[in-house]
Amino acid sequence: MINKVVANADEAVKDIPNNAVLMLGGFGLCGIPENCISALLKTGVNGLTCISNNAGVDDFGIGLMLQTRQVKKMISSYVGENAEFERQLLSGELEVDLIPQGTLAERIRAGGAGIPAFYTPAGYGTEVAEGKETREYDGKMYLLENWLKADFALVKAWKGDTSGNLIFKGTARNFNPMMAMAGKITIVEVEELVEPGELDPNHIHTPGIYVQRIFQGKGYEKRIEQRTTRLK
Amino acid sequence: MALDKIGIAKRIAQEVQDGTYINLGIGIPTLVANFIPENISVVLQSENGLLGIGPFPEEDEVDADLINAGKQTVTTTKGSALFSSSQSFEMIRGGHVDLTILGAMEVSENGDIANWKIPGKMVKGMGGAMDLVASADNIIVAMQHCSRSGDSKLLSKCSLPITGLRCVKKVVTDLAVLDVLPEGGFRLLERAPGVTVEEIKAATAGKLIIEGDIPEMKI
Repeated sequence: MINKVVANADEAVKDIPNNAVLMLGGFGLCGIPENCISALLKTGVNGLTCISNNAGVDDFGIGLMLQTRQVKKMISSYVGENAEFERQLLSGELEVDLIPQGTLAERIRAGGAGIPAFYTPAGYGTEVAEGKETREYDGKMYLLENWLKADFALVKAWKGDTSGNLIFKGTARNFNPMMAMAGKITIVEVEELVEPGELDPNHIHTPGIYVQRIFQGKGYEKRIEQRTTRLK
Repeated sequence: MALDKIGIAKRIAQEVQDGTYINLGIGIPTLVANFIPENISVVLQSENGLLGIGPFPEEDEVDADLINAGKQTVTTTKGSALFSSSQSFEMIRGGHVDLTILGAMEVSENGDIANWKIPGKMVKGMGGAMDLVASADNIIVAMQHCSRSGDSKLLSKCSLPITGLRCVKKVVTDLAVLDVLPEGGFRLLERAPGVTVEEIKAATAGKLIIEGDIPEMKI
């Protein structure tokens, strides 16, 4: 098996250059590559385009990279939880592309799957459709959306083996599997890194072919945005 | 008297059919889950990758890796399934989700919905709303009949940027239950307890169709 292990997050992200296009997995703060984000704060790389469903909160996730002005552009579906984001957007420091969530997911999947474009009904008749080709199928209107790819995809999985086979947990899967497919270099951080053979091939969510680098992360905070509970 | 949010959620819960898959939006729609009758079996879909949303966890069950689309911690029901965001929207666009219940800022008499953007205010994004409204066959909107400033939210034409065209089938508000007719117009089906047809007329800017006696909702 091909060994894709790198020592740590610093090693994994050290060659990400200024102005790179990144994909970062996660939905809200669930399933985000915490270790890679911390490492990017240290390298100080800037001018980044970040493709991620959300933009973190002020003091966690991608929000940290906004505080340090490392992000030039966000491509997301919902960015509502972040005051610094709002400030930079309104002042013109930050560009943002808002994309319907399913379209975002499918554009990333298409990027990894070699499908340059596809028709979707989402956004037809709205400002999302402006400037896009439209076409009727079986009496319903659809618009053409292009694939998305990234120079680097930063993915968080639960378990992985040294050849990059991945298993996700709960709803922390979200955008991670598609992003793993759509990165030219896919960097994965896992909570538990194991030897080949230790993961049941029947249970692999993302096959290792999509992964270039993998390491075992540490100190996961897994911050919760809306802690909701019921009484016993 | 006009319904509160709980009342709207209770009334919408009566629309839920046995054996269906349902996506509930954030806000009042999320509350609907609490009032689905026990003899009815449904599966709730969360677009971040879960079929079979359970109740909120007890304090010692909280799992940061298990949230709903509103980013609230949840549990899974027996027989639930987890999947990626792309698969989630494949099931939405593919028409496999039977019912979508969501909130709105405006609904027009031909079923257009506006619920994602107010010009001049910070735009937070559409999330999954555009995918959901473009795809679901059955869409129920839960909202207040009028805005805080007293303007009707049931209009002949939406004034805010559109989320989707000709997609809303039914609207449940604090005042009324209305069908959106394919040929255009809100057909009044029920009144909130104690609310008069005249009050609903006054609060509805779009074309309102009233045929015969309009019963009160049974909550």
